[in-house]
Amino acid sequence: MKYLDEFNDPGLAASLLGEIAAVTTRPWTIMEVCGGQTHSIIRNGIDQLLPDTIELVHGPGCPVCVTPLNIIDQALSIAALPEVIFCSFGDMLRVPGSGSDLLRVRSEGGDVRAVYSPLDAVKLAADHPERQVVFFAVGFETTAPANAMAVHLAEQRGLDNFSVLVSHVLVPPAIEAIASSQGSRIDGFLAAGHVCSVMGTRQYEPLVERFSVPIVVTGFEPLDVLDGIRRVVVQLESGQARVENAYPRVVTEQGNVTAQQMLDEVFDVCDRNWRGIGEIPRSGWRLADRYARFDAAARFAVDGIDTPESGRCRSGDVLRGLIKPSECAAFGVECTPRTPLGAPMVSSEGACAAYHQYRRLSVDEISMPPTSNHRG
Amino acid sequence: MCLAVPGRITEVWNDRGTPMATISFDGIEKEICLVYLPAAAVGDYAIVHAGFAISQVDPEQARVTLQTFAELGLLADELGSTEP
Amino acid sequence: MADARDVDGWTCPVPLRGHDRIVMGHGGGGKLSSELIEHLFVPAFNDGARIELHDAATVPVATGRLAFATDSYVVRPLFFAGGCIGDLAVNGTVNDLAMSGAQPIAMSAGFILEEGLPMATLAAVVEAMAMAAATAGVQIVTGDTKVVGVGQADGMYVNTAGIGMIPEHVDIRPGRARPGDVVILSGPIGEHGVAVLSTREGFEFGTDVRTDSAALNGLVGDMIAAFADIHVLRDATRGGVTAVLCEIAASAQLGIEFDERAIPIPPAVAAACSFLGLDAMHIANEGKLVAFVPPRGVDDVMDAMHRHDLGREACVIGRVVADHPGTVVARTALGALRVVDVPLGEQLPRIC
Repeated sequence: MKYLDEFNDPGLAASLLGEIAAVTTRPWTIMEVCGGQTHSIIRNGIDQLLPDTIELVHGPGCPVCVTPLNIIDQALSIAALPEVIFCSFGDMLRVPGSGSDLLRVRSEGGDVRAVYSPLDAVKLAADHPERQVVFFAVGFETTAPANAMAVHLAEQRGLDNFSVLVSHVLVPPAIEAIASSQGSRIDGFLAAGHVCSVMGTRQYEPLVERFSVPIVVTGFEPLDVLDGIRRVVVQLESGQARVENAYPRVVTEQGNVTAQQMLDEVFDVCDRNWRGIGEIPRSGWRLADRYARFDAAARFAVDGIDTPESGRCRSGDVLRGLIKPSECAAFGVECTPRTPLGAPMVSSEGACAAYHQYRRLSVDEISMPPTSNHRG
Repeated sequence: MCLAVPGRITEVWNDRGTPMATISFDGIEKEICLVYLPAAAVGDYAIVHAGFAISQVDPEQARVTLQTFAELGLLADELGSTEP
Repeated sequence: MADARDVDGWTCPVPLRGHDRIVMGHGGGGKLSSELIEHLFVPAFNDGARIELHDAATVPVATGRLAFATDSYVVRPLFFAGGCIGDLAVNGTVNDLAMSGAQPIAMSAGFILEEGLPMATLAAVVEAMAMAAATAGVQIVTGDTKVVGVGQADGMYVNTAGIGMIPEHVDIRPGRARPGDVVILSGPIGEHGVAVLSTREGFEFGTDVRTDSAALNGLVGDMIAAFADIHVLRDATRGGVTAVLCEIAASAQLGIEFDERAIPIPPAVAAACSFLGLDAMHIANEGKLVAFVPPRGVDDVMDAMHRHDLGREACVIGRVVADHPGTVVARTALGALRVVDVPLGEQLPRIC
């Protein structure tokens, strides 16, 4: 596909890797905030190709993984109601709440459907006026405009049987929480390109000023990720800390202003719990008062469900690079990929799940026959 | 966090006041909401996420980025430093 | 017999008595059942030679080893680009037999029909089964039909079972994989899964991708004729090529390495995977096989495959190693190594 394939070129990747090796003189710890970038790194084996002195820490940027326990439990309650068609992005269906997940609710008779777009849920509401259609509105700033438009359209079309269970999260407050924590080992951040395509790069300027860390807005293809890492290292090696845009074919300084206006109209900023990490101030969006009647939690009276997060989970410390996953007392005991406590164990690519999987299937531990390194 | 892919706009229309587009991704076609890219036209490439076009791809920037990568490679070859 | 009092019997015995939908009686063992057999199944499945309806079919066999396989089909929607549940049900079981090197000699077909299913739908599925069976060179010799109430089945389900003869000196099974074996893939992957997904509610998209559903027994016959000592064959259905490699690595307790760049993925399949966040290696195929062949046979097998319509794009994707038993390792396009595992359950389109 155009604009994807060119950014997968192995020859250019070798050039970028060579350049990263050439400019790196000291150990650096870099966090890729976004789960999409983590996916690209693992899928392509980028972490193995970097100099040993560069450590990548996988960030909290998977929206389904950070959705707090209490909201998932609210979702499970709503989805089990006979009058409800519960719609969700596919990756949310397997995420466990405190006792079950949406796939299990479906097996028990709940009408749970995976959709590609929130507009599919709006269409279901229009097609089934006799049913209540609920959309699980999770996501970062990239997904929020889609969900906002769904609510806006439902209002415009008078769809009283449509509502949303909102658990939106925001990137800059999460970076702030990680960078400001005592003893954080993160030297630089790769910021999430698609979030920035909506919000622009300028929202990172205050963070760079305050914490003196390089933040490089980065895309998702292998060359994009490598270039983001290269730019962070170049800044670190020369003692700089700037916002840089390594994804200029998609991201602008001001972002998508039309989308930002819709977000302002439909959502208000709120404090938000992150699974296993705890509350981060002003790190989420909820429905603005004028759209409150579309709030599924209120409509189905599940807002009283307030499952506490595990007190044993040390996701926050893992994400700050303070401990390895295996140093958490819950790791591998009550916290496993099938019974995860915190976000990094929920995502198959989260730091804890990857670590758990890795011990079983470690590439490092299996001796590979030497293979010529393809270059150019 | 956010799976979004570039596709080419092949048709634009209006659904009860909402701008929509058909976007082609190399053999796949999908109806996409264009409300956030009202100025996009047939032939433009847009980044699509969850059924919405959220950003227009800038072909010139893409070209410059790739050229920069290529120049890094040439530079490294000249310096003989491709082997880590 | 109460024929004289059978009110239905007074009507003209037109085929299927003019029923345009399945009713409970079509599975009841009475006249309606008989008519379904007589007017739909027998004309479709009988090659015109012999037909004596009986509880069991009899099939003459030579001495040697029989392969025996069964599979059930619950695909939704029933019809999708390039195929339907009918050809899938025939090809799937033929392929299961072929993966032991067998050529199919007879099949059964069992139908679970939902009351209200349009007769035309059933007829179209049966027609597709008949055509697929003819193409594969196998006869459907026995069958069964049951009808369940509205809402108790998704239109229809089909079960097929088949028997086939394994040629002498052919011993194809997972346990025969050996270090050094070359892993061959018969063609581009992901088409069946993408064709079905493109018509599924909630994810509809436009595409020219069609199912690759095909009977592989002809291809396997040519491969065996070229080189009989093929070690393992497996069709890459649910779970895709990944599942095949992982299952064989686990059951043979050997390592498998493959090169991601060698895997042929049609552009439209790659595009669908990109925008839904799926991995083409995990997507179901219905007409692709993976072969494990000792090095000395690779050229002959590849030549035979390339001469066959269903193997024209066959390619070498990897090899079996003695290291890391039970584990499959991919070499990525960038040259790194990645452990490959089967996904926990069905792949779900994702936003992240």
